[in-house]
Amino acid sequence: MTQQLVLYPLLLQMFLSILLMFCWRKISWQRVISIVGSIISVGVSIWLFSYIWENGTQIVLAGNWKPPFGIIFVADTLSATLVLLTAISGLAVASFSSASVVAARLKFGYFPIFHFLLLGLNGAFLTGDIFNLYVWFEIIIISSFVLITLGGEKAQLEGSVKYFTLNILASMIFLTAIAVLYGLTGSLNMADLALKVAAIENRGLVEITAILFLVAFGIKAAVFPLYFWLPDSYHTPPSAVAAIFGGLLTKVGVYALIRVFTLIFVGDMFLENIILIIAVLTLFSGGLGALVQNNLRKVFSYLIICHIGYMIAGLGLFTEVAIAGTIFYLIHDIIVKTNLFMVGGLIFRIRGTNSIRNLGGLYADHPMLSLLIAIPLFSLVGVPPLSGFWPKISLIIAAFESEQWWVVGAIIFASLITLIVIAKVWASVIWKEKKELPVRLNFRYFDKLKTIRKAQMIAPMIFLSLVSLYIGFGAEHIQQVSSRVAGELMDNTQYIEAVLGKEQIIDHEE
Amino acid sequence: MEILLAIMIGVLYAAGIYMILRRSLVKLILGIIILGNGANLLIFLLGRVVKGSPPIIPADSDVFQSVYADPVPQALILTAIVISFGLQSFAIILVKRAYKVVKTDDLDEMNAIDKDS
Repeated sequence: MTQQLVLYPLLLQMFLSILLMFCWRKISWQRVISIVGSIISVGVSIWLFSYIWENGTQIVLAGNWKPPFGIIFVADTLSATLVLLTAISGLAVASFSSASVVAARLKFGYFPIFHFLLLGLNGAFLTGDIFNLYVWFEIIIISSFVLITLGGEKAQLEGSVKYFTLNILASMIFLTAIAVLYGLTGSLNMADLALKVAAIENRGLVEITAILFLVAFGIKAAVFPLYFWLPDSYHTPPSAVAAIFGGLLTKVGVYALIRVFTLIFVGDMFLENIILIIAVLTLFSGGLGALVQNNLRKVFSYLIICHIGYMIAGLGLFTEVAIAGTIFYLIHDIIVKTNLFMVGGLIFRIRGTNSIRNLGGLYADHPMLSLLIAIPLFSLVGVPPLSGFWPKISLIIAAFESEQWWVVGAIIFASLITLIVIAKVWASVIWKEKKELPVRLNFRYFDKLKTIRKAQMIAPMIFLSLVSLYIGFGAEHIQQVSSRVAGELMDNTQYIEAVLGKEQIIDHEE
Repeated sequence: MEILLAIMIGVLYAAGIYMILRRSLVKLILGIIILGNGANLLIFLLGRVVKGSPPIIPADSDVFQSVYADPVPQALILTAIVISFGLQSFAIILVKRAYKVVKTDDLDEMNAIDKDS
């Protein structure tokens, strides 16, 4: 029963999308199946997580080929945590989409594709094979292309042309990097690669391969200077799609960076410095970008970029405290960013515009909702004791210990900018006096929705806000998880042993 | 043989990137296709080109007798070709649709999203 447990989240999502395809035109069925299926998937992910927590890293050999041959699925604590977070965000977005995405879009296979996207995400987190990772990335981007173009409005198509080109380019660079790596080592298994890459004498070529991976994953993760596609495309699709994109899609890039640069390319000062410089520039440019935007969802898009910088900075510092901070930030960011874009969608549904200049008066009309919106906004800033506060402390401590003062400065500066941006959003969207907006015909305003649809929109926000509050107030638990993940990542022999067995490593050392 | 393939891969990459940098949508697609082919050939080349020795173990032996062609790169290329085929057909449809809606194939004129709404 537990032998193939690692594969259950994958199989469940695949089963769901196939099932949903059989109900192509029956939207009400699709809504129910998607929400119920997502609840089951949260259950399965909790099961997987608790199993990994107690029994350590688990592997499944697809096709029963002994590693390093054949494709392998590995679930260590990092993978299990991310699968759990994917399931939580997936559940929230499934419920939010049933209410906020218009029926015309749902009729063209929104839900099946949505679950294919979750399948790809789970696969990317669980695979232990670098080429298989490429295949999961392709599944993710194909699904995201469909989701981002579904509806075919003018702005949406323009956004998706940019999104599409940059993502394909990233895939090509990733493929090139795999080709060079395979030429160097003759292996695709990540644990095996870790041993073989460490033994290569031509370090120059290894560094170039690492840079290719950095660029490929950097485009996906939207780091400086490769992020320009993100603010141009993330505000065009429906807010439910933007929520899953903003919450999870860029984080897959971060996950791949963490995996590759803690397992395969380790201990290279040159690379660590490059990653740090990129992180600092990402923090600056994302923050400054958010400051000048007027479109609410563009502001949120730039904030995604800004906060990717924190995670990359932790990776660049490469101490156990810093990696723990990165993981904690990753956990916090997935939940908060998903929630943030749903909040954006809700505000759009209430007022019919995204322009910060024209918004206002939300507090006067919906005081309880405003209170709910405050939780993700202030978690994002990291007002203690909310969730954004703790990982920043870890990162700042780590930067102090490595005496990288400019990184400390950048982290504090980015927090300040985030605070200013959020204060601006809060003041002008929630507190400012209401402006009379022209009433849009054929627009489904929030107030006109049925009660059940309203509940479907609000419930996921309450759910994610509660998770956020738990991350903030139960920071000790999350810190335990991130410290354990950091321990596993810093000492990569554990991962390699779990995959290849002890004998292989000793063979290699001889 | 290897040097020829290497030059060809270089030309394919250069041509692909040049095409992607152009402003026309159609050239963008062509660039992506060419770049994809370049990447596939690169996998083929870096998997070592071996002539006339398929990876088959003779009936009277348990191991390979001599150098053999590595089948893994070919499996990788096949996967990559199938994936890029799917992506390219999507890309062509997307470009056609974008051309119909936006009424231009010049990427510079695709700036509706820059205006605030």
